[in-house]
Amino acid sequence: MAEIAASSRLITHSPSRTTDQGEAATAWLLSMPAIVLIVVFILLPVAAVIVLGFTDFELGYAGFKFVGFDNYAELLTDRTFKRSLWNTAVYTSLVTPVSVFLALGLAIMIEKESIGRSFFRTAYFLPVASLLVAMATVWQYLFHPTIGPINAMLAEIGIQGPNWLGASSTVLYGLSIIGVWQSVGFNLVLFLAGLTSIPRELYAAAEVDGARSGWDRFRLVTWPMLGPTTLFVTTISIINSVKVFETVKTLTEGGPNKASEVLLFSIYQEGFVYLRVGYASAMTVVFLTILVVLMFIQYRIQDRQVHYT
Amino acid sequence: MSATSFPLARIVRLSVLSLGALVFLAPYIFMISTAGKAQGDIFTSSLSLIPQQWFYVQNVSKALSRVSMGNLLFNGVVVCLLIFVMQIIVAIPCAYAMAKLKFGAARVMMVLVMVGLLVPIHATALPLYVAFDKAGALNSYFALVAPFTISVFGIFLFLQFFRSMPDDLIHAARLDGMSEVGIIGRVIVPNAWPAITAFAIFSVVAHWNDLYWPLIVISNQAYATPPLGLLYFRAAEAGDDYGALMAATLIITFPLVAAFLLAQKRFVEGITMTGLKG
Repeated sequence: MAEIAASSRLITHSPSRTTDQGEAATAWLLSMPAIVLIVVFILLPVAAVIVLGFTDFELGYAGFKFVGFDNYAELLTDRTFKRSLWNTAVYTSLVTPVSVFLALGLAIMIEKESIGRSFFRTAYFLPVASLLVAMATVWQYLFHPTIGPINAMLAEIGIQGPNWLGASSTVLYGLSIIGVWQSVGFNLVLFLAGLTSIPRELYAAAEVDGARSGWDRFRLVTWPMLGPTTLFVTTISIINSVKVFETVKTLTEGGPNKASEVLLFSIYQEGFVYLRVGYASAMTVVFLTILVVLMFIQYRIQDRQVHYT
Repeated sequence: MSATSFPLARIVRLSVLSLGALVFLAPYIFMISTAGKAQGDIFTSSLSLIPQQWFYVQNVSKALSRVSMGNLLFNGVVVCLLIFVMQIIVAIPCAYAMAKLKFGAARVMMVLVMVGLLVPIHATALPLYVAFDKAGALNSYFALVAPFTISVFGIFLFLQFFRSMPDDLIHAARLDGMSEVGIIGRVIVPNAWPAITAFAIFSVVAHWNDLYWPLIVISNQAYATPPLGLLYFRAAEAGDDYGALMAATLIITFPLVAAFLLAQKRFVEGITMTGLKG
């Protein structure tokens, strides 16, 4: 079909070669600002980061020389960097599953409920629309070891709360709780959109076929039909967790004892505080590689997935 | 279905949803409550939500005196507005050319857009910072806005939207003798409002909240955006004056939250439509 349509378009348009050329020229003109800006602000900087990663460039010093893979060799032995990779992985593996499945569960409940639907959606979505740096400050108060409401509540039931953001054993959990709180509403809204697009008849058909319990209906209809949404939501959640920065910068500065040092915070420290641009560029290349690999995995899974719609 | 025939399940569901909503709203409740408490009150009774003395005026005026909130909010509005307007001006003609004109480079452009979608500001920040530093352009609105004037995501979104627009509309306009720019201005844009609103919400939420780039290019308080200003305020307060701190967060969170509450349907539609963030 598409081929036929394309060729018929060719036939109708081929006599007017000059207008075609005029159209192409207009197209170039219209997209020129975008092309220039993509080159200046995306392609060149990425190329520059890759090149700088092979140099010892430091801001404030004149000149630089190429050092081959020295920066990468240093990364391999850099304990802070390894710590920050590990912390980022831990944070991501805490936040992503909780925020995806919590959002899915809440979306299913909200979808079934006839009253208060928009209230619940608003309540869970509010954190997405709030200034994270500001709300992180509120969480800092909530988590405060002595005057914070969370530990005050725990004390009411006889539990002595930890020093959430101040102890290296709990700081990642504290940040993860904020991360989940901040991201659930976003995932929830995407799941709600996915749920409403599932045809009602499928549930009726599943019931006729003997899927009596809610769990059966979820397993046989909801979960497979939501496949693409779930994959998308999961990928976005992972990428956003890998990019965690605001809460760390605002609340912990990577501490205590580098227990909350994460990837972007390390890059920020090396590049913009210590101004070791070459070394920070090598870290950035690692960060970009992680993003590329994640996208690649998503495409592969998407290709294999069965599409029902 | 089961919603009406099995009330117990419904009661459980409603309680779970309500309890969850309470947990998610708790930070806001405590923020509003603590913003009105005196220092002593905060230290003695953290679980009572009603302040013993009403300290809102004192805390708010303290917050306003330490950091000029008006300036922060003004900077936030200017930066978000400039970014959004530039993004629209750059992205819409490009997406139109890719979707509706015979354009040999459309495929290459698509690849550029896909690559661009993968690259966040965090990856390009280092060379951009060096370049801005060399050009003496740090500490300016230009530095805050320039890297975001191109939104490949915007191009992507508008491209999808324009593709679904009927070609007849454009042919008719051409027969009427309209130029391509005229078509964009008078046919495409008026028909693309849903996509433009969705993109506006996406763009404003992203850049109003962004801390990373302003933190890098701004060291002069006069150009601080809301997140950066709050960071300065925290540093100046040295931590424990939670009354003033909560008053400041309240003032700074309010505009976007209010906008969300007023236009939440559009917000949710916008986020669903754009689907992407950050």
